[in-house]
Amino acid sequence: MVDEVAGMLADPLMQRALIAALLVGLAAPVIGTYLVQRRLSLLGDGIGHVALTGVAIGWLVGNVMGLTESDALAVPGAVVAAIIGAVAIELVRERGRTSGDVALALLFYGGIAGGVLIISQAGGTSANLMAYLFGSISTVTTGDVWLTVVLSALVLLVGVGLRTALFAICHDEEFARAAGLPVRALNITIAVIAALTVTVAMRVVGLLLVSALMIVPVAVAQLVTSSFRRTMATAMGLGVVVCVSGLSITYWQDVSPGAMIVVLAIAVYAVVAVGGSLIGVMRRRSPHDPHPQVADDVHLAPR
Amino acid sequence: MTAAVLARDLEVSLGGATILHGVDLTVDHGEVVGLLGANGSGKSTLIRALVGVVPRERGTVELLGKPLGRSVAWQRIGYVPQRTTAATGVPSTAAEVVMSGTIHGRRLLPPRDARSRAQAALEGVGLADRADDAVRDLSGGQQQRVLIARALVRRPELLVLDEPVAGVDLPSQDAFAGALRDLSDRGTTILVVLHELGALTPLVQRAVVLRHGSVVHDGAPPPARGEHAGADHDHIHPHAGDRDQTDETHGLAPSVRWRP
Repeated sequence: MVDEVAGMLADPLMQRALIAALLVGLAAPVIGTYLVQRRLSLLGDGIGHVALTGVAIGWLVGNVMGLTESDALAVPGAVVAAIIGAVAIELVRERGRTSGDVALALLFYGGIAGGVLIISQAGGTSANLMAYLFGSISTVTTGDVWLTVVLSALVLLVGVGLRTALFAICHDEEFARAAGLPVRALNITIAVIAALTVTVAMRVVGLLLVSALMIVPVAVAQLVTSSFRRTMATAMGLGVVVCVSGLSITYWQDVSPGAMIVVLAIAVYAVVAVGGSLIGVMRRRSPHDPHPQVADDVHLAPR
Repeated sequence: MTAAVLARDLEVSLGGATILHGVDLTVDHGEVVGLLGANGSGKSTLIRALVGVVPRERGTVELLGKPLGRSVAWQRIGYVPQRTTAATGVPSTAAEVVMSGTIHGRRLLPPRDARSRAQAALEGVGLADRADDAVRDLSGGQQQRVLIARALVRRPELLVLDEPVAGVDLPSQDAFAGALRDLSDRGTTILVVLHELGALTPLVQRAVVLRHGSVVHDGAPPPARGEHAGADHDHIHPHAGDRDQTDETHGLAPSVRWRP
């Protein structure tokens, strides 16, 4: 067993993959906490769809420039498209919710359809997109690892460093405006770090499952915590655990790492949810009056 | 000396309807001004326009001598929005919500002593022992007090409150009136939106009454009507009840209409 683990850790391919998984597991729940807080859980999904068009455009540009590796520009393309898409979604959201809903849907489907169309023009096939849709951590290069390190560091720096300000606008945008906070700039900051997170996580879990890595650890954490800070910290820890263990399993079992990681996260959610409600039932049996004793009680006529 | 709040010819439209027509409002330093009016008279919109939450169509607003915008000394202004729920998607503790009041336009990172200041502000509203409890587990009145603590944590010179006592029980209203009196005695300027003066009657020095989006009265607080007007009337029942509802309609707004 020890030999097996040592073998895995000695494998340079696994080393790169594990570093990428660790960073993604740490960074994705940070932005996920803000998205859940403002009830935008599906924003990551939307950005993921748009990023697919970016992958295809990067591919197309790479072909036109005659690069030897036709997908060399796929990740930069995804980064650019994801940022543009995320900022566009944020600006639409700011205008009003009703029309925003439809505009978001248009953006999502446009992103997927655009990706499929453009990749065929670029001389690729939809099959080439599969690696991005479902992740391809086994093909992570040293360059990819460095890009992941830089982008995750940026996400962590902004997401954790500015947490009070980002919490303020996610918690109560009206109060934030009345405090003179640069609400639009901060909203766009959240959109941009969400976009960066999506592209960082793209190689590990794939664009279709990125959102799960952002949201599910937060969903688990908020079952067991009562503070924002602890929810974020717990979600980050959980993200690392499921990413690293999910990936490690695929060293021995031939399954998709992205799918394994997400299934693990959801399994943890199920266990915690069931466990939590069992504990809740036990607590309810203990005699405790949840109502506070207040002076202003209703005076009843003595009988 | 400039006024704490100065609005001139303010016009605000929301969703195509003009909510405020040419409103002028001045609040001097140290004054306690009540903004009264029926539901839909535009009082909340006015206060939200003053702090820059809703956009202006026309007119100027100055807060503490500076035109509304980046140059305003936001750290000296505390705003308490009308209570919605203080709880959102991710759980947050009362202390965390109050700490978010320590940052403002000129300070994106909380000060080092943010935690102890939040604790002190919560103590001021009688919630010191609930600091680490999730806001979602607090009652409505307690959540309202958390929002007040969030405004007080930066020790504001100008306090703007939107219906702070709506739906708050009587002892809490009295406690709240006492807290506002302390702040006022220390020179804090207070602009407060009220549905009725209630427990704050002795505190409010001047009343501005809005009707259909225009100022119809600016001066002494209007006396309570009906049975409340009696010289020997002991005002122990400022809240709710059908009688009060009728008084309101007769006194301040003869033709109440819902506006969007």
